[in-house]
Amino acid sequence: MLKYIIRRLLGFVPTLFVIATIVFFLIRLAPGGPFDADRNVSDEVLRNLEAYYRLDAPLHEQYFRYLWDVLHGDLGPSFEKPSRTVSEWIAYRFPVSLELGLYGLAVALVLGLCAGITASLRPNTLTDHGPMTFAMAGICIPNFVLGPLLVLALSIHLGWLPVSGWEYPEDKILPAITLGVPYAAYIARLSRGGMLEVLSQDFIRTARAKGLSEARVVLRHALRGGIQPVVAFLGPATAGLITGSFVVENIFQIPGLGSEFVGAALHRDYTMILGTVLFFAALILLFNLLVDLAQAWLDPRVRYE
Amino acid sequence: MSDAHRPEQDAPPAAGERGASLWRDALVRLRRNHLAVAGLVVLFALLVVSLLTPWIAPYGYEEQDLALGAVPPDSAHWFGTDLLGRDLFTRVLYGGRISLLVGFAATGVSLCVGVLYGAFAGYLGGRTDALMMRFVDILYSLPFVIFVIILTVYFGRNIVLLFMAIGAVEWLTMARIVRGQVMSLRQKEFIEATTVMGLPRRRVLLWHLIPNTLGPIIVYATLTVPRVMLMEAFLSYLGLGVQAPMSSWGLLINEGVQTMENRPWMLIFPSLALSITLFSLNFLGDGLRDALDVRASKD
Repeated sequence: MLKYIIRRLLGFVPTLFVIATIVFFLIRLAPGGPFDADRNVSDEVLRNLEAYYRLDAPLHEQYFRYLWDVLHGDLGPSFEKPSRTVSEWIAYRFPVSLELGLYGLAVALVLGLCAGITASLRPNTLTDHGPMTFAMAGICIPNFVLGPLLVLALSIHLGWLPVSGWEYPEDKILPAITLGVPYAAYIARLSRGGMLEVLSQDFIRTARAKGLSEARVVLRHALRGGIQPVVAFLGPATAGLITGSFVVENIFQIPGLGSEFVGAALHRDYTMILGTVLFFAALILLFNLLVDLAQAWLDPRVRYE
Repeated sequence: MSDAHRPEQDAPPAAGERGASLWRDALVRLRRNHLAVAGLVVLFALLVVSLLTPWIAPYGYEEQDLALGAVPPDSAHWFGTDLLGRDLFTRVLYGGRISLLVGFAATGVSLCVGVLYGAFAGYLGGRTDALMMRFVDILYSLPFVIFVIILTVYFGRNIVLLFMAIGAVEWLTMARIVRGQVMSLRQKEFIEATTVMGLPRRRVLLWHLIPNTLGPIIVYATLTVPRVMLMEAFLSYLGLGVQAPMSSWGLLINEGVQTMENRPWMLIFPSLALSITLFSLNFLGDGLRDALDVRASKD
């Protein structure tokens, strides 16, 4: 297994290389640059700036230099906010996104699994349709609608929770719910499907015939197989929760990496964009690897290839 | 799935008395699913309204009435007006046009790219397939929200590029689904028969393989439309998509969020429009999936 993990980790390198190449040339070929018109700088200052950030060299040379720096763990200086390097910006902003993402994941797993498993126990009854209707609502109401509506109801009208911020524990409740609910909806649907399939199998009938309690049948015997689709979904989902919280960070004014990235993209902060993309891509690859390992652990028939 | 393809040698069913084909069965099953039918009806109504918007909208989408300002819904303005006195009902209608346009156009792009790519990979097999799918794997690990943001920021915020950008990232799953289908179909006798008959490969691919993957393609395409619409709304919400004074549900929701404390109607009506549309599409997609008996894919 260790060999498998090492091989997968080595496989990250070419993938990240291709992504860096695509994004590098994509943002460079587009018109406009980080030191464009809207800032009043003289030609001389501009030339100095470009020399400092090595923007005056031919494009392919810049590309190879960038790759060389990345190989040495240096993502370069930020154009827009030169007070820190890109790596420092990521280290500064990412923990917030990570924390928010993990709360969102907790909400998604707890709500989603409870709803999905409950629904699967008595298919096509009220206890099935009820949770599944909520799941559909969770998928169809985007988080940039859900978030403001929650704020409107719980914060502004009832005054129970703060409108925005990221300091106290109560600040984190609404963002976590807003972020987690759509994923909870998918998890509910996936776990219902997975559980229904497992619950119809012979070994479950055997377990029931042995006289085991229903709780034991469901939680000990069926759950392990039934949550497989959820585990497969968790890879992209976790990555999405941690990286894709632009809207939630925007609504609740949370100083995370997502809002930082949107700003960087708007200001053509080349190094910041590339650095964040590479960082997010590495995270996604890592979560996919973790999911594959978890699947092999849950289902011994899965082999390491 | 394979019985959708009937070899020509089969005795053709007598006229007026057609056998229960896959599609007919599916239609019967779909009709029994009330939610899916309701979704279809709502979508059809939406389509008609969108096509007729320039004629039925009570005002122009950029027609301002600064003296009026934002007023709550009344008989003159069914959904109220926004801060510039623009009629919200009109703007929601025009936003619907954009949503549908982007939804269907981007899904079309993703459909073309994904189906052809997946079918080629699955049909050619071997090293070509491995290489092509490796590329898909790499693109999968590209954070795709970020990718679309980069594309829209750098290549202007015009609507054609917007749906090209969304379509360009949404074809991956389609390619995987079609490839899987084609790989399993390739083993079937009727494809072997085409080899025996000496049909050119392009013909086999376009006429015999792809038509037999239509079920999953339709289902997945139906489920892609709401995702794309959501993406458009999301980008417009962030200010990266459709730009004012043009209207879009994402844009309207963003404007609504700014003043939701005092003018909740500005948030509620566009949100409702978007959510109802997404509900309809998802119910229809689920219904089609059950009707065509397509096994749920990974997502």
